[in-house]
Amino acid sequence: MKLTINGKAHEIEVEADMPLLWVLRDELGYTGTKFGCGVAACGACTVHMNGEPIRSCSTAVGDVEGEITTIEGIGTPDNLAAIQEAWIEEQVAQCGYCQSGQIMSAAALLQTSPNPSDDEIDEAMSGNLCRCGTYPRIRAAIKSAASKMEG
Amino acid sequence: MGKLKTIARRSFLIGSVAVAGGAAFGVYTYKKPYANPLLDDLAEGDATLNPFVLINKDGVTIITPRAEMGQGIQSTLAAMVAEELDVAWESVKFEHGPAASAYYNNAMFAAGVPFNEFDKSFLAETLRSGMKKLGKILAIQLTGGSTATIDGIDKMRMAGCSAREALKTAAAERWDVEAASLKTENGAVINPANGEKLDYREIASEAADARPATVPLRDPSQWKYLGKSMPRLDMPAKATGTAEFGIDVRLDDMLYASVRTNPKLGGKMRSYDAAEAKKMPGVVKVVDLGDGVGVIADNTWRAFNAVNAIEVEWGGAPYPATQAGMWEALEKGFSLDPLNTLRDDGDVVKASADAPDGITAEYRAPFLAHSCMEPMNATALVNGDSAEIWTGTQAPGIVEQFAAEALGLDTEQVKVHTTFLGGGFGRRGEYDAAVHAAKLANAVKGKPVKMTWTREEDMTHDFYRPIALGRFNAYFDSSKNLKGFDAKVSSPSPTYDAMGRLGFPVGGPDPQLTEGIHNQPIDIENYRVYGYNAKVGVPVGFWRSVGNSFGGFFHESFLDEIAHHRGVDPVEMRLQLMANHSVAKAVVEKVAEMSNWGSKINAGSGMGFAHTLSFGTYVAQVVKVSQIDGEIKIDKVWCVADPGKVIDPQNFEAQMMSGIIYGLTSAIMGEITFEDGEAEQFNFPDYDAMRMVQCPEMEFATLSNKARLGGAGEPGTPPSIPALANAIFDLTGERYRELPLNKHIDFV
Ligand code: FES
Ligand code: FES
Repeated sequence: MKLTINGKAHEIEVEADMPLLWVLRDELGYTGTKFGCGVAACGACTVHMNGEPIRSCSTAVGDVEGEITTIEGIGTPDNLAAIQEAWIEEQVAQCGYCQSGQIMSAAALLQTSPNPSDDEIDEAMSGNLCRCGTYPRIRAAIKSAASKMEG
Repeated sequence: MGKLKTIARRSFLIGSVAVAGGAAFGVYTYKKPYANPLLDDLAEGDATLNPFVLINKDGVTIITPRAEMGQGIQSTLAAMVAEELDVAWESVKFEHGPAASAYYNNAMFAAGVPFNEFDKSFLAETLRSGMKKLGKILAIQLTGGSTATIDGIDKMRMAGCSAREALKTAAAERWDVEAASLKTENGAVINPANGEKLDYREIASEAADARPATVPLRDPSQWKYLGKSMPRLDMPAKATGTAEFGIDVRLDDMLYASVRTNPKLGGKMRSYDAAEAKKMPGVVKVVDLGDGVGVIADNTWRAFNAVNAIEVEWGGAPYPATQAGMWEALEKGFSLDPLNTLRDDGDVVKASADAPDGITAEYRAPFLAHSCMEPMNATALVNGDSAEIWTGTQAPGIVEQFAAEALGLDTEQVKVHTTFLGGGFGRRGEYDAAVHAAKLANAVKGKPVKMTWTREEDMTHDFYRPIALGRFNAYFDSSKNLKGFDAKVSSPSPTYDAMGRLGFPVGGPDPQLTEGIHNQPIDIENYRVYGYNAKVGVPVGFWRSVGNSFGGFFHESFLDEIAHHRGVDPVEMRLQLMANHSVAKAVVEKVAEMSNWGSKINAGSGMGFAHTLSFGTYVAQVVKVSQIDGEIKIDKVWCVADPGKVIDPQNFEAQMMSGIIYGLTSAIMGEITFEDGEAEQFNFPDYDAMRMVQCPEMEFATLSNKARLGGAGEPGTPPSIPALANAIFDLTGERYRELPLNKHIDFV
């Protein structure tokens, strides 16, 4: 099976029904994508497939078509994306465990809606749980990322 | 365990006997400093100046030995050291460091004395200082009870100060000048006389042997970092997916595993059939754990599938099978002798007999799961006579002890590496997952095994926030003046349960049964609060704010009922009851002012107030709700806290916010119920949490009228719950006395 992740081609051999999440984490070592529930209820495992946010815990690897982007493909500590800069400036994270998924959902939102309203943010982000309660700062970071990306 | 058990037998828990016993045998142990654990693994060329400071060619690393589970504590602890050590914030590196006695938490013990926060009597203060000593003797490295900042504020600054002085002494010797004539700045010692400069890295090894003179800590007026919002050191890693949580550990040749234990908690495993599981792809081994089964495989998902394919016959639960049975056990609790009688002012019995008027109410709070975002997990590697464990834990020393016990090793043969924690909330003070990982790794010696629980295993095998039943009575004279307040709470003690798991025989009045009730800064002529340790049997533990999470709800709801009965404003009434407590009054007045309390709000809205003093921090909150198509929407929360000095304002506010959202989540929808001895909630679809769309606007203020430092991680939670229930009463006229509230009314 062939997979393209963050622009890099990978060849893997696993059952077609293995969720993409576990291919990423265990087979390929992309541990930035998190396991939270396994049933598409928390958003911790969010990645992009051709730019669209998907829940990798509930996407069989055999159903993957096209490019996958994970948090590692958004930016790195030495080369931060604007959205990650905004996350750091707003000091969003608490434990941080949900934040990869939050950033992936937010990045996809900003792609389709560069200047999202509060309702659009609620709509796009309410599938991502944060047990630490960072929602107000996530909202602020999305807005500041939007203005950064515009400017 | 040896040392702990001996001390525990001297009646470890919370009481004068414990401290008297501790002080008598402990003076010598207390004075003796613990060894610096960094010396054990010191790399060539590295130098350590004390257990908290390591210097090598990359610069200064500060050891921040408390669990980072979201509070930002590692950054705050690093700032305390950096403040005195004069290193630039951008250059600070930090590490959790090894598990060691040197990293004991003594504030946790001082908080355990059975005195109210505002009690400054000789006896209370003596016991507090006694408990701190006991904390050092027991030397337990723990993160919990909102104590890490309080515990660290002097200790960490002293570590920075003594390291700085050692570096100055080393530089003074090189230059042949007086140490006192030198200055430090940005990681270097400077001689102001000639501008000469020595980087800390150049003199670190000499400084390690230096014997500097003791100098006092800097006055807070000189602080550069403390008291300011410092950018968190872990933030870049957490915004890029590069922070390593326990679940992310990857080691060479690593295998993956999962386990299933009896959903009837504490019940036995009678038999199992793993024939199918063994044939499944990737399965390496099926392991009998005694209380459950584990599968080791080459991938976590394959381990999940295989462990779920094992047929197991489970034994029965050692507690009532149904939820109704649990409530009955609480009712029965009231017929026991009270375990704690921590408030008994005046004569409530006489007051009730004399009273022409009274009200009575019964409150209920359910079991709650911690439901950390990161499911429980641990990675272990066992070799012949040693083992290593990687896990996110609030109690690394306890993990070492119990993993060692499970493996038949000495504690010294087990080494724990503490990673970031994807949430803790009290759950990660337990050692169960680490012990399972150790047992699994023991079955494939020489290979590391990463064990991950499914969310379902996590949700159904928690040490739950205890269920609680409160019976409240208030008595009035003929003019409706409050003459008596009588509260009884029946609930299983989490302290007894958790200490039992640690092997401690415990005694004494567990204050957790009535926290948030007996210890509040209000005065009533006849005021009685009793706690009953109900025998239920479901494993319970410490859940963010512990007893305050239900005690605060009971107490503040009932005060609201009293105000309503008297026809007085609830905030006005609180201020009268708080007449002798100026710190409390100030937070209440401030939140009333911010929320414009008492002003007319529109007909579709309601406002509720609550105040709880917990973990040494006074927190008053007002919640505003409205109703849209019959559904309740939480519009806004105002929160005013007084923790004494605020060490990092941004972190403090983030903790209040987090505590409120955690509390409101539980108030709206949190509930674990049992049927046939098994928890009925498995995953987020049936045990959800607040989502962004439900999250209210929030506004914060902090005051610093209080002298002693208070906590941050937990005190935001308790008042949020009753403030919401009181707001719903204000809006609808319905008083809901059983949580969660979505049993009674729908939410947006
Ligand atoms: S792990 Fe995929 S949505 Fe929760
Ligand atoms: S930051 Fe901890 S779950 Fe979101």
